[in-house]
Amino acid sequence: MKAKRGKFWWKALLWLLPAAFLLVFFYQPLAAILRLAFSARLAGEGQSFQPAMVVETFGFTLWQALLSTLLTLAVGLPAAYLFSHFEFPGRKFLRLITLLPFILPTVVTAVCFNSLLGPRGWLNLGLMALFNLSEPPVHILDSLPAILLAHVFYNSSLIIRIVGGAWSRLDRKLTQAARMLGADAWHTFWELTLPLLLPAIGGASLLVFLFDFTSFGVVLMLGGPRFATLEVEIYTQALYLFNLPLAGVLSVVQLAFTLLVAWLQNRVSLPRYGKAAMSSERANLRRPKTRAEKAFTLAVVIMLAALTLLPLLSLVTRSVVSLEADRGARGEVQAGFTLRYYRELFRNTSGSIFYVPPVTAVRNSLLYAGAAMLIANLLGLLTSYALQASGRLGRWLEPLFILPLGASAVTLGLGFVMVFRRPPWDAFSFPMLIPFAHALVALPLVLRTLLPTLRGIPDSLRQAAGTLGAGWARVFREVDLPVMLRSLLVSMVFAFTVSLGEFGASSFLSTGQNPTIPVAIFRYISQPGALNYGQALAMSTILLLVCAAGSVLIEKARLPGEELF
Amino acid sequence: MLEIRDIHKSYEGKPLLEGISFTVREGETVCLLGESGSGKSTLLRIIAGLEEAEAGSLWWNGEEISAVPAHKRGFGLMFQDYALFPHRNVQANVAFGLRMQGLPSAEVEARTRAALAMVRMDGFEGRAVAELSGGEQQRVALARALAPDPRLLMLDEPLGALDHALRKQLIGELRRILHDSRKPAIYVTHDREEAFGLADTLMLLHGGRIAQAGSTAELFRHPVNAWAAGFLGLGSLLSGVVLSLAPLRVGTALGVFRVSDCARAWQPGEKVQLLLRPREARVFAGQPEGENQFTARVRDCLFMGENYQTELRVDDYSLTIQTELPLGVGADLVVGFPPDKLSCLEAE
Repeated sequence: MKAKRGKFWWKALLWLLPAAFLLVFFYQPLAAILRLAFSARLAGEGQSFQPAMVVETFGFTLWQALLSTLLTLAVGLPAAYLFSHFEFPGRKFLRLITLLPFILPTVVTAVCFNSLLGPRGWLNLGLMALFNLSEPPVHILDSLPAILLAHVFYNSSLIIRIVGGAWSRLDRKLTQAARMLGADAWHTFWELTLPLLLPAIGGASLLVFLFDFTSFGVVLMLGGPRFATLEVEIYTQALYLFNLPLAGVLSVVQLAFTLLVAWLQNRVSLPRYGKAAMSSERANLRRPKTRAEKAFTLAVVIMLAALTLLPLLSLVTRSVVSLEADRGARGEVQAGFTLRYYRELFRNTSGSIFYVPPVTAVRNSLLYAGAAMLIANLLGLLTSYALQASGRLGRWLEPLFILPLGASAVTLGLGFVMVFRRPPWDAFSFPMLIPFAHALVALPLVLRTLLPTLRGIPDSLRQAAGTLGAGWARVFREVDLPVMLRSLLVSMVFAFTVSLGEFGASSFLSTGQNPTIPVAIFRYISQPGALNYGQALAMSTILLLVCAAGSVLIEKARLPGEELF
Repeated sequence: MLEIRDIHKSYEGKPLLEGISFTVREGETVCLLGESGSGKSTLLRIIAGLEEAEAGSLWWNGEEISAVPAHKRGFGLMFQDYALFPHRNVQANVAFGLRMQGLPSAEVEARTRAALAMVRMDGFEGRAVAELSGGEQQRVALARALAPDPRLLMLDEPLGALDHALRKQLIGELRRILHDSRKPAIYVTHDREEAFGLADTLMLLHGGRIAQAGSTAELFRHPVNAWAAGFLGLGSLLSGVVLSLAPLRVGTALGVFRVSDCARAWQPGEKVQLLLRPREARVFAGQPEGENQFTARVRDCLFMGENYQTELRVDDYSLTIQTELPLGVGADLVVGFPPDKLSCLEAE
């Protein structure tokens, strides 16, 4: 009896730290937003609460998310088929490249497309040089297609990874059985492959939808002033129009809807047929043989390269090329290789934007990212253990831990501003809260990485170690830790890169003295002038390289045959 | 009916099938028996059209079908782990092939019911396949393969996943169903009990070739070589050298053996193996008298119901014999094999 009670307290202790953290840094801000939103409705302040505006913003958010998801499927499904069935030169590289956008900061994505399609981008520069034009002819930025394009760039990797993973594990004997029963290729797909892949496709689509629905940086930077999703509107209302009550209402709408979709996603992606449809071993990849297969492979490879590689290369090359007329020398284009944009990062010349040299943003971001990585992984580890030891306590508390996964970064930022920008919190340096916000944003990914590995360790392993005389600390060190090491590494890289690129919450929390890299990039690219543009490119390139290193690490540390989702 | 001509296939650069040829006649059940990795499943998949051979051809009633895609061959294949469609119930699984033929739904339903009745699974129509036991899944898979009335039925280790008792029972049922359906069938297995229980013609697949083909009785009486005898579990093998011809005498570690049965001409000095069948051992007391006898020590004696299975040892060599009476463990006794009960086989 005594031992049992001891175990209960032990478990409670496991819950305590994550619970306290969430209470202070998630539920407190959330409560503040709710209070604000509902007080606004009750007070009936016509000025701050405009139902038509909320409905319109919600409608557009839904519409662009739907369109984006459909387009992402159109790109992702053929690519998923390609990766799960065929071996071709450059396969590994292309697979790695398609992972990169997933951890690429939204700000960098926006700058990538800007460097390709913007008024100063390669496409317009090329056309201007070719046809001797004085004005950029292509105006694709500040439009819905620009948003959609970036969303497809961003999320195709999710479809490729999730659906492709399921497809390659789909038991080939089932489709062969259908063939033997007289089904042609079309019937085999329609009657077997599609229904069996539906949980993967549905789950992946809803996940993509969720990301598109809560899209912030991409819409803010590529959509222009005409388009605003709920996230962008919350940001605008709170930071520019100081209409906090409306921002609160929008946040509540957003949170409620994302929770609904997240719940649906969880339901849909449950494997429905157990292991019957999945084979333990991956089917062998083969080289495309027929002419149609070769054409298909080539077409998808070109499509993926154009969609993923082109914007990335465009950013890197554009950041080291000076292609614009200097001030006062209109029309005189001085083209050439330059490292000026990088050198300028170390100077404090553009004091109008920041009071510190831009490289300070890099230092800040690295510090925040390191702190956020530690916080998120400590919390993730504790939460994983707490969730895994599912007693009665666990079942009661679990939803409380799942809820923050549905909160968007902007909502978080808004909540932080409302709770912590007053005494006693503001006595501390306010930006020091950034790592906490980042840790919350990274927590879902950390949990998604750690929890499956932890659940995969058979209890018998620990019991065996226990009967051999190992105490709990010893069991953790000798059994859990070695098994978890790779996952822990992956989740740390995830948390680090998420924090580096986080823009939504940071845009609320960082100040003029304490910018993070994405905040600095956003400010630079919003300003006129070739130098500001160039510095945005240079900083984005640095961030891109860090993320590229991160995605290589993730891919290498990933257990063979194991998918991230 | 089905003729297989000189099929070649390699796996990961190594030859797997090196010129396989045989025919399957009307109503005949051909059993392909081989160790795992011998390429028997691959051969079946080539016949099914799921894999391509590197060389060779397939013919059906004199017409070449090598290039006909799997779904147009009209062959039925029952997979090793059944490959039942997990998202369909029993009825929909069995009806699948009939639906693919575009039959009217009333006929689909009637023939589905008939197929399920044949495997004694009527009443299970609405059940999810995940709810079925291994034996029930096996029957549904058989019904699904038979329902579209295939021209040829192929079975890939269909009893492999089941326990021994169930397997024994199902061998009998399979024999009845195969016989009733009068379909030519190819049955792949590594289990000789299944093969002996079902085959009209037995084919031993070894080293990429058909080592021996014939009726079960032929293979039992005249295994083609030492590997075949060992694989079929016909008895203990004893290495030796041909000492003289007419009469054939073989020198071994246990002494000299005279052999009257000889399937082929041997050369003096040639290395051979003698097959010592457990049933043919004669046990005496005293000292060995001349050829075909040796002294052995009893290591173990197991009661098998009808008789005793006795394990003997002579120095490093051990062999198993059958006796009608129990023998004391540790006792020394004389064992003999009559010349007409010994087989002299090609060594591997």
